[in-house]
Amino acid sequence: MDVMPRWAEVVLVPLISLVLALILSMVVIAAIGEDPFNALKIMANAALGSTQGIGYTLYYATNFIFTGLAVAVAFHARLFNIGGEGQAMLGGLGVATVCLYFPLPHWTIALVVATLASAVFGAAWAAIPAYLQARRGSHIVITTIMFNFIAAGVLIYILREVMKPEGSMEPASEKFAESTHLPSFYDMAQMFGWEAFASAPANITFFVALAMCFVIWRLIWHTRLGYEIRALGHSETAAKYAGIDPVKLTMIALLISGGLAGMMAINNVLGEAERLVLNATEGAGFIGIAVALMGRNHPVGIIIAAILFGMLYQGGAVLAQDTKIPVQMVIVIQALVIMFTGALDNMVRAPLERFFLATRKRAA
Amino acid sequence: MDFYTIVQLADATLRMAIPLLLACLAGLFSERAGIFDIGLEGKMLAAAFLSAAVSFATGSVWIGLLAGIGASLMLSLIHGIASITFRGNQLISGVAINFLAAGLTVVIAEGWFRQGGRTPSLSGAARFDGIDFPGALTRIRDKLQASPGMQFYSELVSGHSILVYIGLIAVPLSWWVLYRTRFGLRLRAVGENPAAVDTAGINVVQLRFAAVLICGVLCGIAGAYLSTAVQAGFTKDMTANRGFIALAALIFAKWRPWHAMGACLLFGLFFAIDNRFQNIQLDALWVVVILVGISVLLTGYALRRDKIDVMVLGGLSAVLTAIALMLWVGVARGSEAGAFASLMETVKLPGEFIQSLPYILTVVILAGFGGKAVGPRAGGEPYVKER
Repeated sequence: MDVMPRWAEVVLVPLISLVLALILSMVVIAAIGEDPFNALKIMANAALGSTQGIGYTLYYATNFIFTGLAVAVAFHARLFNIGGEGQAMLGGLGVATVCLYFPLPHWTIALVVATLASAVFGAAWAAIPAYLQARRGSHIVITTIMFNFIAAGVLIYILREVMKPEGSMEPASEKFAESTHLPSFYDMAQMFGWEAFASAPANITFFVALAMCFVIWRLIWHTRLGYEIRALGHSETAAKYAGIDPVKLTMIALLISGGLAGMMAINNVLGEAERLVLNATEGAGFIGIAVALMGRNHPVGIIIAAILFGMLYQGGAVLAQDTKIPVQMVIVIQALVIMFTGALDNMVRAPLERFFLATRKRAA
Repeated sequence: MDFYTIVQLADATLRMAIPLLLACLAGLFSERAGIFDIGLEGKMLAAAFLSAAVSFATGSVWIGLLAGIGASLMLSLIHGIASITFRGNQLISGVAINFLAAGLTVVIAEGWFRQGGRTPSLSGAARFDGIDFPGALTRIRDKLQASPGMQFYSELVSGHSILVYIGLIAVPLSWWVLYRTRFGLRLRAVGENPAAVDTAGINVVQLRFAAVLICGVLCGIAGAYLSTAVQAGFTKDMTANRGFIALAALIFAKWRPWHAMGACLLFGLFFAIDNRFQNIQLDALWVVVILVGISVLLTGYALRRDKIDVMVLGGLSAVLTAIALMLWVGVARGSEAGAFASLMETVKLPGEFIQSLPYILTVVILAGFGGKAVGPRAGGEPYVKER
C-alpha cells in the first residue's frame, strides 16, 4: 500500500526538494554579498521575459531533454551513466563528419542523417564502458568519467589537426553548408507572420526531443525490451531467473543511453553553432543527471525538469553578465538539486509520509 | 636516459602520487566501511580552495591546512548524513558533492578575490616549502655532478614538503589501524556484514561516520597539498580528476593500503611522464605495430568469447587498425621514400594523446588487468536495522 497519494509522490516531493535547493542557493548568493531576490528577478526576466529569452530557455531545455533521457534510460537498468558529456561530444563529431564530408541537399535530409550519425557516434563512445561494465564489472561511473576526458582529448586533436580550415587559428571546424540549416523558432514564427524569437537558438530539434520522449516512454513502459530493462534494474538475480541476459541488457541499455546523449549534438552543433567548436556541450551532459533525478526518470518529468534547468541556465548566463555572480552558480544549484532530489530523498519524504499517515488515520 | 633523469622522473612520480595516495587511502577507509565515495574529487577540490584562501588571508599555511581539512570534513559530513542517516544513494550523493565543490569553489573565490575564480598566489609562510635534509644538495648544477647515491638522496629523498612525508607515513599507519586495532577490525567488518556487527552490539552508524570522517581528513590533506605545496594557489578545477583516478587505484589495489601505494605510484608515473615528456617521438613502424598488435590480440580474445565481445572488441580493433593505416598513408604521402621505407620516419605522438594517457590507462587497468576486483560486500548498501 502506498503511504502517500500519487500526486504527492510525483509533484510534492520534487517540488519541496527544488524549493530547498533554491533556498540554499539564495543563501549562497547572499553570502557572497549579492542580493538574492534581485538575482532571482534577473534570472526570471532573462529566461521568460521575452520570446527571445524563451527561445534560449527552450534551446537549453532541448539539450537537457536528450541528456536527461540518456541518464534516465540507464537509471532504469540501475546503471549510472555520467558519461553523457563525452557521448554528446562524440555525437557532435558524428554530426560534423556527415555535414562536412557528405552532400546534404536539404535540411530534412540533414536532420535525419545527422540524427543517425550523432546517435551512432554517441552509442559507440558508450560501447566500451558498457562492455567493461557488462563483462568485467568495471565500475561504469569511473570508466565513463575517464571517457569524458578522453573524448575531450579526441575532440581537441581532431579540431586542431583534421577539421580546422586552412589558415584558421581557432580550433573549430568550417561552417556547414547553407542547405543544412535547420529551421529555428524564428524562421517558423515568421512563416506564420509572427515576429518572435529573434536570434534565439531554439530550433526544430526541440520537437525531435519531444518525439524522443514519447519513443522512450513507449520503449520503457510498453515494450518487452523496456520491461526487461526495468526488471534488470529492480533485481539482477530475478532478471536472470526470468531468462534475461544481464550482459546483453546492460549493453543495450547503455547503448541507447549513449545514443540519446549523442543526439543532443543535432541541437547544439547542427541547430545552433552550425559548425563544431570546442566545448560545444557546455556541461549539458552533467545537467542530464539532475534533470533525470528531478524528473523521476519519466519522460514527462524530464521535459518539465529540462525546461526548468533551461530557465536556470539562461538566467544564470545573464546573471553572470549583469552581476558579479559567476556562471558557476548554476553548477551549485544543479548540485543542490541532485543532492535533494537524489541522495536526500528520504529526508524530504519521511516527514511527508508521516504527515499523510496522520491525516489518513484521522479520516478513518 | 642517464641516472639523474631517472631520479628526476622518480621524484616527479612521487610528487604526483602523493595526492592520489592520500585520496586513495581516504577512499579505502570509507569503502572498507561500506560507504562508496565518488566525492573524493569534490572534497579535494574544496580543501584545495579553502586551504589556499585561508593561507592567503592568515599568512600561515598550517591554519590553511586545518581550514582545508575542515572544508573536506563538512562535505564528508554531508555525504554521511545523506548516505548513512537518510540511506540515500551513495553514488548520487558523491556526484552531487563533486558538483557542489566545483561550483562553490569558483563562486566563493570570485566573491572573495575577484580574480576569475582563483586565489591570489601564495608565497613564503603561506606555502609548504620543500624540506632539505642535512647534507642534501639543492642546486641543480651541483646535483648533476654529484654521485648517483647523492643524486638519489638529494632529489628523491630530500626536498619534499612535509605533506609528502605525511602521505608516505599514512600508508603504514592505515595498515596498522585497519589490521592491528579493534577499531580497524570492526571497520572492515561493517563493510562486509553490518548486521553481524550490529548483533555484536557495536553501533554501525557511529562506525561508518567515523570512517567517513577519516576519509574527509585525508582528502583534506590531499587537497591542501595540491594548492599549497604543488601549486602556489587555487585554480578552477585544479584536482583534474585525481579523485576518480584514486578510486581506480583503490580498485586496482583491491582495497589494501600497501597495494594502494603501489597503484598510486604507478598512476603517478603516468602523470610524471605526461608532464615531463610532452614530445614523444617514435618510428612510424612502431606505432603501426603496436596498434595492429593490440587489434590482433583483442580480436583473438573476442573470437574465443561471445557475439557481444566480437562486436565491441572487433569494432575497437577496426578503429585502431584504421588509425594505423591512416598514419601509414600520412607518412607515406609526406616522404619521398617508398611506402615501406616511409615506416622508418619518426612521428610525433599527439600531445592530446599523451595527456589522455593516464585516463586511458585507468580504463585499461579497470578492465581487469590483475584479476577481478571484488570490493567490500556491503559496499554501497545502506544499512537498515531489522525491525
